[in-house]
Amino acid sequence: MEAYLDNSATTRCSSKAAALMMKLLTEDYGNPSSMHHKGVVAEDYITDAAKKIAKTLKVQEKEICFTSGGTESNNLAIVGAARANQRAGKHIITSSIEHPSVSAVMAYLEENGFEVTCLPVDAYGVISLEDLKQAIRPDTILVSLMQINNEIGAVEPVSEAGALVKQMNPKTLFHVDAIQAYGKMQINPKKMNVDLLSVSGHKIHGPKGSGFLYIREKTKLLPIINGGGQQKGMRSGTENVPAIAGLGVAAEEIYTGFDGKITHMYELREHFITEAEKIPGVSVNGHKDRTNAPHIVSVSVEGVRAEVLLHALEEKQVYVSAGSACSSNKPAVSRTLKAIGLARSLLDSTVRFSFCAENTMDEIDYALEQMRTIIPMLQKYTRH
Amino acid sequence: MYKAFLIKYAEIAIKGKNRYLFEDALVRNISEHLEKVEGTFHVRKENGRIYVETEGEYDYDETVAALQKVFGIVGICPVVLVEDEGFESLAREVVSYVDTVYPDKHFTFKVDARRARKNYPMTSMEINAAVGEKILEAFPETKVDVHHPQVMIHIEIRPMINIYSTEIPGPGGMPLGTAGKAMLLLSGGIDSPVAGYMIAKRGVTIEATYFHAPPYTSERAKQKVIDLAKKVAEYAGAIKLHVVNFTDVQLHIYEKCPHEDLTIIMRRYMMKIAEHFANEGKCLGLITGESIGQVASQTMQSLAVTNEVCHMPVYRPLIAMDKQDIVTIAEKIDTYETSILPYEDCCTIFVAKHPVTKPNLKHIVKSEQRLGEEMEALVQKAIENTETMIVEAE
Repeated sequence: MEAYLDNSATTRCSSKAAALMMKLLTEDYGNPSSMHHKGVVAEDYITDAAKKIAKTLKVQEKEICFTSGGTESNNLAIVGAARANQRAGKHIITSSIEHPSVSAVMAYLEENGFEVTCLPVDAYGVISLEDLKQAIRPDTILVSLMQINNEIGAVEPVSEAGALVKQMNPKTLFHVDAIQAYGKMQINPKKMNVDLLSVSGHKIHGPKGSGFLYIREKTKLLPIINGGGQQKGMRSGTENVPAIAGLGVAAEEIYTGFDGKITHMYELREHFITEAEKIPGVSVNGHKDRTNAPHIVSVSVEGVRAEVLLHALEEKQVYVSAGSACSSNKPAVSRTLKAIGLARSLLDSTVRFSFCAENTMDEIDYALEQMRTIIPMLQKYTRH
Repeated sequence: MYKAFLIKYAEIAIKGKNRYLFEDALVRNISEHLEKVEGTFHVRKENGRIYVETEGEYDYDETVAALQKVFGIVGICPVVLVEDEGFESLAREVVSYVDTVYPDKHFTFKVDARRARKNYPMTSMEINAAVGEKILEAFPETKVDVHHPQVMIHIEIRPMINIYSTEIPGPGGMPLGTAGKAMLLLSGGIDSPVAGYMIAKRGVTIEATYFHAPPYTSERAKQKVIDLAKKVAEYAGAIKLHVVNFTDVQLHIYEKCPHEDLTIIMRRYMMKIAEHFANEGKCLGLITGESIGQVASQTMQSLAVTNEVCHMPVYRPLIAMDKQDIVTIAEKIDTYETSILPYEDCCTIFVAKHPVTKPNLKHIVKSEQRLGEEMEALVQKAIENTETMIVEAE
């Protein structure tokens, strides 16, 4: 049996999306900027994908800007907003548990004269609205928060944060990194007072190299990629039509039968947590109930190095991440785990299991069965 | 413009009756290295000289790069070969050579003629003077400097006349395949690939053994070692690599022996297993990347205790080198970038906080006795489960 439980790293691409992409690569391969018929056909695919996506967010299709993925969306949102609004102020607020595609961009802006306030989180990885309220100033031009943390699955109060930001300073832009949240929660940017929202395609069974940034109408933003002026000048370069079309299909699919999928993932998660915690030395980080995301479980195992557990599970065809696979294979200490105050001894002993709706209870049971034999075996040979 | 290269080799020239063996090996190795380069090449031996002649289009830079990886070559001289059609013709060729190779004529030069064929009508000195004059005539900006010339123009009168003025350094050493075979203990670190390279440079054929400890070491760690072997193979030729699954042996040592002795005992078993494969492959010695005092397991006491299990000589080319000097070679042979990738190897997994730095053989042997009879079976199993592959340069 195989159990792929690393869906927050990436997911299997939807067969329907893949089939459409094949057609676009080999048959309808036109450049959407071309004047002739083949160009028009290609453009139609983009419009269609934008429509599908806009529907899932209840926004307008022209507010969707396609990118190469989550990292580019976050870069465009943050750098673009900072550059476009720097005359109004140079203060930006973010949290201490952001993905590197946000935190590294913040560090870059800090080096370039911006002031960045980093909000702390509680032991469950959640920011405090009171802290946010205190941090907002007249010269705050941007607040950037993630909706679901990629390492422990903490759900941030972005809806309340949005309301608060706009109440304190209507001019402040609000960016949400929804890369782990899109497809796992119902998201309504308008109601949530979100101006910019980042999404990645390959986390929702779409293709790698696809993603988008929702840009609320009339938001002041400067592009980071300049050139031929595609996508209303916001992101130049010939559109990756196959990836965009694939993303459209994946977006539509992920929100079909949505409630059932979420319930299913919560059931997997709850069963997994209950059983995993029975193994001596195993503890779960973050909320165990449904205030946490349905698809992420962060597990610390006393006396076992994450990398070793990962490879031992891999031998049994159970695939997980050590910390966050998305932040490359450098064994660096996780900022998120540090921020929630995890014991030092567990920082290097934490693995992430992440589910998708396609996972079955049998797969979870299989993974648990492997853990029950592997963990005590590895604990026996703890490094002293 | 160059259609040929003159290959210089040093040490081989002083060999006695076996000289042809070394030269033939060098010719063979050059041909093999050039197989991967686009173009048609002919390698031939002529009176103590090796020439690489090209036919049609070829990539000059790639050719030089390939030749720079052939052990035994000391210098690579891009050469122009001309027929002997009298002095006037020769002078014209040299002037045209200078014109093409040195677009900027502001330089000092000296002509250095040699006659391997003594029946040439002029003496070497006469050639020097006459050709020098012709060059000065053609390019008045040039100057003669017989003591420290910027450009040394060599003219060698052989069956064909050789004209050359640059010598690109080769790697030196002895032609591969002229010195027997040895087994390298290859890890993912900086040192062992350099050690392998250095021994191979003396003409030794290399095999390698790597100790893999899944799940404690990852697939990427193994891939890293294969990648390192590929880099070394660019110089040393295809390498037979034995990947030993060492986990059970290691865990057994961990379970039974005092933890401060782990590393030493582990290394003794690595030597034993490597020696097993070395015997199987008819190797004449083992090679390690050890250097005195670099880590606890490489103090002279540790080396002595490790060495004690080996029956064949252990070659340690880095023994007296400083880390920085080793890194310099690793950078030169392009293994450094790969070596520093952060994957754990089996040596670092179970390191005790304070490993013994001055182990005592009697103590270690006593410590090893705790491993009992099962150990023999575990070692046997590790040997049986070894994966052997041929790693070729890319």
